[in-house]
Amino acid sequence: QKYYHYVHLFLQVEQVRLLDRFSNKSIHGTLYLTATHLIFVEMYETWCILHHHIASVEKLSLTTSGCPLVIQCRNFRVVNFVIQRERDCHDVYSSLLRLLRPVCYDELYAFSYNPKQNDQQREEGWQLIDLGAEFERMGVPCDQWQLTDVNRDYKVCETYPRDLYVPVTASKPIIVGSSKFRSKGRFPVLTYFYQEKKAAVCRCSQPLSGFSARCLEDESMLQAISKANHNSRFLYVMDTRPKLNALANRAAGKGYENEDNYSNIRFQFVGIENIHVMRSSLQKLLEVTGTRSLSMSDYLVGLESSGWLRHIKAVVDAAVFLTRAVTVEGASVLVHCSDGWDRTAQVCALGALLMDPYYRTIKGFMVLIEKDWISFGHKFADRCDQLDGDPKEVSPIFTQFLECVWQLTEQFPQAFEFSEWFLLQIHEHVHSCQYGNFLGNNQRQREELQLRERTHSLWAFLMSEKQNHLNPFYSPAYSEAHPVLEPSTLPYHFKFWRSMYHQFDRSMHPRQSILKTILTLKENSRKAESTLQALESVSTLLHIVIFLSFKLEPTESTDTERTVEGSSGTESRKQSYGELEGTYNSDLVKEEPAVVSLEFGVARMTC
Amino acid sequence: MSAEIMEFAELIKTPRVDGVVLHRPFMPTVEGTLCLTGHHLILSSRQDNTEELWLLHSNIDSIEKRFVGSLGHITVKCKDLRMIQLEITGMEECLNIASSIEALSTLDSVSLMYPFFYRPMFEVIEDGWNSFLPQNAFKDLESMTDEWRLSEVNKDFSLCPSYPPLVAVPKDVDDETLKKVATFRHGGRFPVLSYYHKKNGMVMMRAGQPLTGTNGRRCKEDEKLINATLRPGKRGYIIDTRAINVAQQAKARGGGFELEANYPQWRRIHKAIERYNVLQESLIKLVEACNDQSHSMDRWLSKLEASNWQTNVKEILTTACLAAQCIDREGASVLVHGTEGTDSTLQVTSLAQIILDPGCRTIKGFQSLVEREWLQAGHPFQQRCAQSAFSNSKPRYEAPVFLLFLDCVWQILRQFPCSFEFNESFLVLLFEHAYASQFGTFLGNSAAERARLCLPEKTVSLWSWVNRPQELERLTNPLYEPNSLVIWPSVAPQSLLLWEGVFLRWNRSSKCLDEAYEEMVHIIEYNKELQTKVNSLRRQLAQLETEDPLLHTP
Repeated sequence: QKYYHYVHLFLQVEQVRLLDRFSNKSIHGTLYLTATHLIFVEMYETWCILHHHIASVEKLSLTTSGCPLVIQCRNFRVVNFVIQRERDCHDVYSSLLRLLRPVCYDELYAFSYNPKQNDQQREEGWQLIDLGAEFERMGVPCDQWQLTDVNRDYKVCETYPRDLYVPVTASKPIIVGSSKFRSKGRFPVLTYFYQEKKAAVCRCSQPLSGFSARCLEDESMLQAISKANHNSRFLYVMDTRPKLNALANRAAGKGYENEDNYSNIRFQFVGIENIHVMRSSLQKLLEVTGTRSLSMSDYLVGLESSGWLRHIKAVVDAAVFLTRAVTVEGASVLVHCSDGWDRTAQVCALGALLMDPYYRTIKGFMVLIEKDWISFGHKFADRCDQLDGDPKEVSPIFTQFLECVWQLTEQFPQAFEFSEWFLLQIHEHVHSCQYGNFLGNNQRQREELQLRERTHSLWAFLMSEKQNHLNPFYSPAYSEAHPVLEPSTLPYHFKFWRSMYHQFDRSMHPRQSILKTILTLKENSRKAESTLQALESVSTLLHIVIFLSFKLEPTESTDTERTVEGSSGTESRKQSYGELEGTYNSDLVKEEPAVVSLEFGVARMTC
Repeated sequence: MSAEIMEFAELIKTPRVDGVVLHRPFMPTVEGTLCLTGHHLILSSRQDNTEELWLLHSNIDSIEKRFVGSLGHITVKCKDLRMIQLEITGMEECLNIASSIEALSTLDSVSLMYPFFYRPMFEVIEDGWNSFLPQNAFKDLESMTDEWRLSEVNKDFSLCPSYPPLVAVPKDVDDETLKKVATFRHGGRFPVLSYYHKKNGMVMMRAGQPLTGTNGRRCKEDEKLINATLRPGKRGYIIDTRAINVAQQAKARGGGFELEANYPQWRRIHKAIERYNVLQESLIKLVEACNDQSHSMDRWLSKLEASNWQTNVKEILTTACLAAQCIDREGASVLVHGTEGTDSTLQVTSLAQIILDPGCRTIKGFQSLVEREWLQAGHPFQQRCAQSAFSNSKPRYEAPVFLLFLDCVWQILRQFPCSFEFNESFLVLLFEHAYASQFGTFLGNSAAERARLCLPEKTVSLWSWVNRPQELERLTNPLYEPNSLVIWPSVAPQSLLLWEGVFLRWNRSSKCLDEAYEEMVHIIEYNKELQTKVNSLRRQLAQLETEDPLLHTP
């Protein structure tokens, strides 16, 4: 984060103390406030916090050592400053309050962020993910599924993307009729196609069934989805809400599918709680884990009473149910919740991740997020509080999804191409508003904001630093042998994700990282491989030179000939040495004294 | 010996049954013949490729039997926390087998234990009984300081039955003084040297509680002994592993703690490490929580919390860190004791050494630590490890004191995965062998008992088996890079994990984790191989260059 590009300084405060939140340690430094960042500069290090990452600022009452300022970030960083003078503290506080509540999209960092790329590079970045190609990869369109243009102009459903896939037998009147019977017009559409069994995963919102209403088009729609799969006589309908919530919705004219009205459906509640429960659950968890000198007992009691891991387990349980229905029974499944953009996104994405090894690669995971979260209208702007919005709309739904994925990577250390660093990086940027991908609530809004023209894509950036996100234990062979993951969801498999929720509390983490060590070793090996290759060619050439010199040496008359042979040899040697230089200088490869003399020898040979 | 074999024969009512079905978690079912020998329960399918089951009777913690018609089900619960099921047709056979197992797994006599019958099937390269002699350890100390001497005051175990014959004490304190101090310390455990911190010359000592009683008895010789370890003008720390109220209560039973008035140069700190019977309860509850098959997250977390196991881990680690901090950061000497000085005291002194001394983080160094701070120091292994988490009988002296120590080591290993020469398997192996083993190392409760049992002559040492290339390879941490620094673990609850390798070992399939570990080993070995190739090629080239006369012509 190169903050110095925007050195429009609002404020500079000297003699600020930064306290460690869990120990009594503190460091002194200078605090700067720019248009986009809050920067703390200390003798050895610089802390840089994007305003968009700041969730709340709190000014505590004056103490003898100064005025404490507590800043809580969306990436779970908590910063405690103590500012000597109360006036300075107030200045920082009020400036931050003004800066961290953007009221319109244009104020977001993404629109000013400039990573020194030209328009073509930016355009290429946006073209990295192509959802049309993704559906083709799944085998769609096919004889049973087709692309419909019914939502080309966002007329039928404004929170869906333009391109939607439906059964070939679902006519436009059926689609339109069904959409009118579904909350926010979010009618059933295809999100994943399991080619092996021709089974489909579809998603939608709740039906507007109330206590007795029915809709023939909607019933036909479900029938069409069911009929598109010849492997199963019935269609699973997964309502991801707790039954009680769904019942309550009936009073508001919404609700769930009545099995009597829909032929051949199997209806199932899976009991994932709503956004409000999730929000307060995470809040409780963070309260507990943020406690100083926390006892083990309070920690475990807090972990339990926050309910966080219970919710994570519920999401994974639902995904496992979905996966079994599709891959084992070969049945198609329709997933919904209330509006079909929170729990539905979690379950569909996680299910696809379990079913399809492609989504467990770096590129595939980007595609998955682009498809089930971004394009299908998970309300990132509202859930991540990008603009100063309704606090009741904020909820860690996407964070939960990333955590579920992390829990799976713990059970299957060889099944994912990426490590947790990748997940953390995505989480960081979902909230940073530095890239355009997650801005807004749906595709239509993103088009209006002209994000592709005015901002950069996160995926291109993540791709460019792919090396940092690799899981060194990843084995494509493992995925080939186990295309479908069958995780255990026994409670003890779910662990507290320390790297996420204590990402910035360094003292809590292992002091030595296996991941980092092995990544370095792999990189090291890669370099050694090329060194070896180069050395081998040098060796071959040397042998030729020696062979020739042995044959030619006695007679002086062949001097010219020898030079010719020799020089052609040394030329390519020089070339291979050129490649070597980089590796020699690298501190990763341990040098031996012999190298120096060899280098010297070759240098002499070539001159 | 023949009388003993006769005894086994009497206990085995049915030596073999055919058609027994064995169920083990995450393993295929095996049908075969069940055989009972004096020390083993064996199930063999007599087919190739099928793994046989060889289970030491001494590893069996408890058994349960039930019948469905005439089909008997025996659940065998082991001390290593494994649970297996046997299906035996025929009620009489089943009852016979069950009662035989019960009898054979609860033999009282030590001399009937398997280590006395076991003959090694491997070549002993180095006799483990001689690997860690106190006189050798003392030689290392002598090279660093001349302030200590080896005393033979306990050579016939009369002064302190739980101490070894040789102990290190301050040079200026004579044996007569030691004899007096021994009468003032619980179990005769007068303060002895546990660890010498080379960096600053500070020491850690351990002892039993002082027997001050209710009227505050004092012992000038005791004061003299521990003051002799202080540098002029320096203060030391006494770490009492009991909470202050527990220490107060101990006075009524003749125990107590060092009063400030009599030990003005020492600052006493109380920490609350649980006593052995409480720890046993904790283990039983933890294992029950791990085996709870309900899918409820709340239930799991509340049971885990109620077991207090993780609290115990945190408390022990915290106290060890405190001791290490006093020595390394404060530059002060430390005396550690609890009540007897054979349990929590040893947890603290041995863990502090892991933190402070890189030598203890090697395979040999760790063996030496276990030998010095546990076996020689008189941790009553036989009593503590007589039963494990599934015991039905009321615990008497049983407690997972050593297992908790291993758990704490594992926690530090997790936090410093490159600083230990050994891997998790080594810790699991020690856990297993402490509870049931073919080796004599963990038999008996003290050096005196081991001498009486003639273990070095009659049994094989675990270290003889471990310290062979093929075993060492399995137990070596591929990530190890010697780290000469003091390693300070985090003791925040978020940093301490449940030791899955022990407690969930049989409740989950470890296939994925094992394969990932193999992959890690492969990556590291491949890297080494490449480095070797690169280096040798470079050498060759250098040589070619010097040999080739052409290259020297300018």
